[in-house]
Amino acid sequence: MTEQFEPRIVGFLCNWCSYAGADLAGTSKLKIPSSLTPIRVMCSSRIDPVLILTALLQGADGVLIAGCHPGDCHYNEGNYYARRRFAVLKKVVDSLGLESDRLCLSWVSASEGQRFAEVVNEFNEKIKKMGQNPMKKKML
Amino acid sequence: MANALKITKNTEESVREFLKILLEKRKVKGVFTLKKIGKNGAVTYSLITKSDELNDAVPFYPLMPTNAGKLLSRITRNGSTTEPVAVIVKPCELRAFIELVKREQGHFENLYIISSTCGGVYPLKTATDGTIEKNLSDYWDAVKKGEINQDLRPACTACTEFTPYGADITVDLIGNTELEKKCFLLLNTKKGEELVQDMKGELVDRDFDKEKLKKFYAKREKAKNQFFNENTKINGLDDLIKIFGRCIGCHGCSKVCPICYCTLCMFDSSNLEYKPSKYESEVRQRGGLKIPPGTIYYHLGRLTHVGISCVGCGSCEDVCPVNIPLTLIFKKVGESMQQIFEYIPGKNITEKIPLVTYNEEEYTEIEG
Repeated sequence: MTEQFEPRIVGFLCNWCSYAGADLAGTSKLKIPSSLTPIRVMCSSRIDPVLILTALLQGADGVLIAGCHPGDCHYNEGNYYARRRFAVLKKVVDSLGLESDRLCLSWVSASEGQRFAEVVNEFNEKIKKMGQNPMKKKML
Repeated sequence: MANALKITKNTEESVREFLKILLEKRKVKGVFTLKKIGKNGAVTYSLITKSDELNDAVPFYPLMPTNAGKLLSRITRNGSTTEPVAVIVKPCELRAFIELVKREQGHFENLYIISSTCGGVYPLKTATDGTIEKNLSDYWDAVKKGEINQDLRPACTACTEFTPYGADITVDLIGNTELEKKCFLLLNTKKGEELVQDMKGELVDRDFDKEKLKKFYAKREKAKNQFFNENTKINGLDDLIKIFGRCIGCHGCSKVCPICYCTLCMFDSSNLEYKPSKYESEVRQRGGLKIPPGTIYYHLGRLTHVGISCVGCGSCEDVCPVNIPLTLIFKKVGESMQQIFEYIPGKNITEKIPLVTYNEEEYTEIEG
């Protein structure tokens, strides 16, 4: 029997919304794939695109960035900046012919435990279909 | 109304004389321009206060020792200069300076910006082996005719932003068939008009030869498309490894990049240094490791950091000891991300850098 591919996903979760949302999903006993490695950041705009690249080049199969819904940012506007940065990163990755589908930006509020579970499950399935990140085994 | 100063003399000479008079009449206290050193064609940017020192000034020499935007930022980082200074820079250097001013790394006040339509510059090595001097007459012939010069920096042959944005005075070079006899200083701003008052020369009505510039633009655009499409295509990880694999990790490209202004670069920090144990774990995972490691990471990271403001000056490629086609990559990827925001770096000082501003309703399609 061949071993089934279990992806490794790095999740950058904003402290005020998505991390609390993940917490809620946990306390609600919702099923969240164990492939997710959460990293708590104070705001989605804290995430320098370089951090995402680090994860990718070090072999993460997918990178999830989750923050407050637009308009709900704890710091009023952080997620708007995050969205622009993400757009830029996606463009860089796309124009060099790398897989931008391994990156996901999503909004999850503190009360959306259900949504958090859905987002992670969906992303996990997508990465499973994509297979292993080719950068994992390359000599970089 | 007259909008240009006409001086009936060789263009470079007229500008040199113009600068001298500016200093002598104390309209400015300093001049920032290219100056020759030695005989084989080496030049350096200099800040000059004595008019005699301007004898060796070569304001439009087709060489860019360092992007002047970076140098102007060093002079004005803490505030505007205390005395007025006239600066002669190329369009992309001016754009780089504007980008730095937006990042609070420079100040415009008290600077009189003189720029020109630009025919491009030669790679730096032509100045060290002396070939640039032999090429000069060909260069000016091509500029007069409005043709693309061969052997220029690849970035320059594919540059479509050859007219300066926001200069006080623009010197008409491209397509000016009488470069040896007549010089036209086009006055774009009030500051520029003030500067030419009671100067030698004649105030006339004059504009660029728009038809010629248009034709020149078309030629450059064609060259650009060729440059982007036919040269090394980068598609996927293997290509990246091929191109960046030979990087020796000197970080020279970031040292000369005008947009890379951080005094402590994150890629130079010990945080990102591989510890011996990291080498082991990496090798275990990958079955092999390129040493120095992380060169692809460095270049991709730099792309995301500076790409949005990349003016395509080509300095990075010029200093690369292993000839990585950095301009091709940075210009191509940079322009693709600038297009998302319809942003031309350095065009407008009042326009914010796209990454420090936002609209509430935008790019919802990238959300998952």
